[in-house]
Amino acid sequence: MNLTFREAMLTFKRAPLLSALSVTTIAFSLFVLGLFGLVVVNLQDALRSVEERVEVVAYLLPGAPVEAVAQALKDIEAFPEVQSATYVSEDDALARARAELVELRDVMQELERNPLPASIEVKLKPGFRDTDHVSAVAERLRGFGFVDDVRFGRDWVEKLDRLRGLAAAVGIVVGAAFAVVAIIIIGTTIRMAVLQRSREIAIMRLVGATDGFIRRPFLLQGAIKGLLGGGVAIGLSFGAYVLINRYLLQSAFFTQEQAAAIVAFGALIGLLGSSLSVGRHLKRV
Amino acid sequence: MIKFTNVFKAFPKGGLALKDVSFHVAKGEFAFLTGHSGAGKSTVMKLIYADERPTSGEVRVSGYNVNEMRPRDVPMLRRRLGIVFQDFRLLEDRTAEENVAFALEVTGARVSTIAARVMRVLTQVGLAAKAQAYPRELSGGEQQRVAIARALVNEPTVLLADEPTGNLDERATRGVFQLLRDINASGTAVVMATHDLDLVRQAPYRVIELQEGALVYDSAVDEASPRDQAAAP
Ligand SMILES: Nc1ncnc2c1ncn2[C@@H]1O[C@H](COP(=O)(O)OP(=O)(O)OP(=O)(O)O)[C@@H](O)[C@H]1O
Ligand SMILES: [Mg+2]
Repeated sequence: MNLTFREAMLTFKRAPLLSALSVTTIAFSLFVLGLFGLVVVNLQDALRSVEERVEVVAYLLPGAPVEAVAQALKDIEAFPEVQSATYVSEDDALARARAELVELRDVMQELERNPLPASIEVKLKPGFRDTDHVSAVAERLRGFGFVDDVRFGRDWVEKLDRLRGLAAAVGIVVGAAFAVVAIIIIGTTIRMAVLQRSREIAIMRLVGATDGFIRRPFLLQGAIKGLLGGGVAIGLSFGAYVLINRYLLQSAFFTQEQAAAIVAFGALIGLLGSSLSVGRHLKRV
Repeated sequence: MIKFTNVFKAFPKGGLALKDVSFHVAKGEFAFLTGHSGAGKSTVMKLIYADERPTSGEVRVSGYNVNEMRPRDVPMLRRRLGIVFQDFRLLEDRTAEENVAFALEVTGARVSTIAARVMRVLTQVGLAAKAQAYPRELSGGEQQRVAIARALVNEPTVLLADEPTGNLDERATRGVFQLLRDINASGTAVVMATHDLDLVRQAPYRVIELQEGALVYDSAVDEASPRDQAAAP
């Protein structure tokens, strides 16, 4: 292993310019990927705050028995999808309407009878805030005898679904495109390295080196280049993030896990690019 | 040890390089492989170290059948051979010592034993003092000694030398040849391709002569050499 490492390092020493070039290219393609990732991360943050407002409201029939409602609240909170269930009485509803609908305050003041029904407001756990789960919960709420009607913003829950799907799809396509570019670049630099060292490889073969032995330093070298490229890309992304925050808008950066994943992804495409390239070119020298 | 039986070798574009060649080199033997340029000497060598496979006939080397060897056995065969070429084939950016050590590292030899084994063979070829020199800092003769040390370090049963003195002046040639004789004297079989007939006449060794791909003389079998007749202009 340390022999493999020594041979891989030797390549950096022998062709420093070529190595720096490939690290830089990988860094920049991962950087673009990283910028796009930042957009996705921030978009997801925004989506999440919208999602938090997804709720299902069950309006109760007038005169629903208090004990039954209290029991129902417990049952509903025990649903696997449910984060919280809150009882809103007729009076609470009126007070809230008064506070929120200032322009109608006078009308409300003159009401003899409270026209607003009591309700149970149900918030869902993250991951369940999509059409299927929301409808399922709504359906179950309808099953309670004292529930008159169940409402949720079906339209925009569906829109949210589509937005989420779109963000994921674009992320995968752009990510794949840049991964392919990086793999091709690594493959090309490995190809140059193999050709540059073809005489050396022939000599290794003559003294009895196995193909695996010859290949390993190239793979390691590719992985190291990818790793370095990934690290530089994170650095560049962080620089961009700082600038954006200072001059444009408040935004979020990658979590440590996400940053580590990007660096690991760099190493992975480095490994992939070199393994795709080295086998093919070793056969030719 | 090395056994050719009715070996033919045809190259895709190049016609027949070997025609019906049969010979056997025993353990510890020294054999010259002679013949004009293009006679097929290097082809014989390549078949021995499994760089090429025979078109027909059988090549056996040190227990391996080159005809039907699996690719992954080829490195194993080569570790039992030492190979030396006219153009030395040293790694330019490694010192003499590192060049020799490399042949050991490739085999997965224990790291703790490498340095000592390398110094021993460098001493054997008379280059211990130049262990830290790079190939460009060495004369042709010295470079060939490094190459021989590299070939020896795995303690091969056969040393293959394809015109090892082809690039050397007379003095260096004598030195390298003497080294090969010493190596042979200590029990390693040597197959040496050469067209230096003076060298061949100097020593009482077996001579195998090729002409346009055919084996025309083998001193272990025949009485007189056609070379002796052809040598007169
Ligand atoms: N890879 C190859 N492809 C096609 N023809 C080849 C190949 N290698 C050798 N030959 C042909 O095979 C014949 C024998 O070549 P070989 O190299 O064995 O000769 P040689 O005896 O070593 O000659 P020299 O003394 O010049 O080194 C030649 O005619 C050569 O052109
Ligand atoms: Mg030749």
